[in-house]
Amino acid sequence: MIQFTGVHKQYPGGVDALKNISMHIEQGAMAFITGRSGAGKSTLLRLIALIERATRGQIIVNGQNLDRVRRSRIPHFRRNIGFMFQDHRLLNDRTVFDNVALPLVIAGIRHQEIKKRVQAALDKVSLLPRQNARPMTLSAGEQQRVGIARAVVHRPALLLADEPTGNLDPILSWEIMCLFEQFNRVGVTVLIASHDLEMIRKMKKRIITLREGRILTHAGGAGED
Amino acid sequence: MIARSARPALRQRAPTFGQRFVTWCLQHAQALIYSLGQLWHNPLASLLTAAVIGIALALPAGFYVILENARHLTAGWGGSVQIAAFLRMDVGEPAAQRLAHQIAQRAEVLEVKLIPPEEALREYRRHSGFAEALDVLEENPLPALLLIRPRLDGESTRPADALLEMLKSLPEVDAAQYDQQWLQRLTAIIGIVQRAVMILALFLAAAVLLIVGNTIRMLIYHRRPEIEIAKLFGATDSFIRRPFLYSGVWYGLCGGVIAWLLVTASLMALARPAGELARLYASNFTLTGLSADISLLVIAGGVLLGLIGSWAALQRHLKAIEPM
Repeated sequence: MIQFTGVHKQYPGGVDALKNISMHIEQGAMAFITGRSGAGKSTLLRLIALIERATRGQIIVNGQNLDRVRRSRIPHFRRNIGFMFQDHRLLNDRTVFDNVALPLVIAGIRHQEIKKRVQAALDKVSLLPRQNARPMTLSAGEQQRVGIARAVVHRPALLLADEPTGNLDPILSWEIMCLFEQFNRVGVTVLIASHDLEMIRKMKKRIITLREGRILTHAGGAGED
Repeated sequence: MIARSARPALRQRAPTFGQRFVTWCLQHAQALIYSLGQLWHNPLASLLTAAVIGIALALPAGFYVILENARHLTAGWGGSVQIAAFLRMDVGEPAAQRLAHQIAQRAEVLEVKLIPPEEALREYRRHSGFAEALDVLEENPLPALLLIRPRLDGESTRPADALLEMLKSLPEVDAAQYDQQWLQRLTAIIGIVQRAVMILALFLAAAVLLIVGNTIRMLIYHRRPEIEIAKLFGATDSFIRRPFLYSGVWYGLCGGVIAWLLVTASLMALARPAGELARLYASNFTLTGLSADISLLVIAGGVLLGLIGSWAALQRHLKAIEPM
């Protein structure tokens, strides 16, 4: 699903965010990227989502060489990816329903279909009763769950999460992780950047540790492949 | 296309043209309603922007109407451009009549009217208020007068100029002049003002573009988080642009309608005094308002300027926003 070969990313000013990264994440796998702040976790996700392009090396996502994705095709490429963030990034001037519906609206899905899918996604994260609430009125855990619903509502093949539990206590974090695992079980490839080592270990999944832009360890968890 | 995933992912197969068209229409309808909703959410700010556009459009439209009315008014007089040829005192009535007949034969002359000295004196006595003074005079001091209406085709007075020169050269004619030279001067002035209004309209159109552009720029920055998220979830540039373009169209449309209302209201306010003035001049002149095609032009102009202004703002500011 994701294949990095000798990937290098240098930011203007000569900062090397990633150095010679090679890795392979299989389709249907669930993996964690960990490391300290500034180790390159976010950069790695940004390269996969084509928010930025690698300076050197080759990245293949879902069978597609990212070098060959033209700028005008980036939107279509991204429609097969779901995103989640630490700061949930929900739009506060819209209801929970409208927030979750956004990827479907962008894809031009019909209204009846949107309603069905949004409600199904909200049901999976147990927030269907709050569909007409504003994100601001929800708790942090609930907001994160809305973020998950939005990330999976368009049934992406790949789910990218950047510190999804960064603001949550251990119990809520665990709930969120279990949700990710559920989606992974039905076939979504999940890649999570997180520095919460204790929890990551409990998940028993593959862990890729970055330090200063390089892969430090590559510990395969049980359960995938 | 992205390679197939384990799960049936969305839109993996290329949609048919029909499906794409329906989607396209749907997204336009969404953008249209959404942009209208945005305006509605902030009624005062929206109204102020539309009002500024309206005033900017109303100024040239109003001037245009005033000019049109002036043109109508002078066109009514223009048909009566006359040359007054004063005959020498020693030309007798039979000779004057012969001359009038000769001149009337010419192709460039529409009508010749002879006013003998007696009639001229009667007229003068009636209008001047010098009746008693005239009684003192022993003989009529006024010459015979030929009033000649040249045949004019179009706006040009050139054939009449040639006729005037010819008349001046006649031995029987003492002096010849346009009866209403001031009218020609007025027409020339109107021409200049017309040009000035056009230039003003251009400046104001540029102002409308700037107003709309700036408003849309603010909207873009206000909605930056939303744009970032939309881009992240695969929104195309045209998807993101659409609601802003519609906002520009709404501003332009509202501005155009406000301009129309302003001009129409101003004309209604002017209609009575203008009618009063026309009555004093015993004229049947009435103030004409905005014609249907000019009304349409004002509103369509507003819409077009709104669209261009927002498009320009989007070109400049949308590229800078990339998901973080």
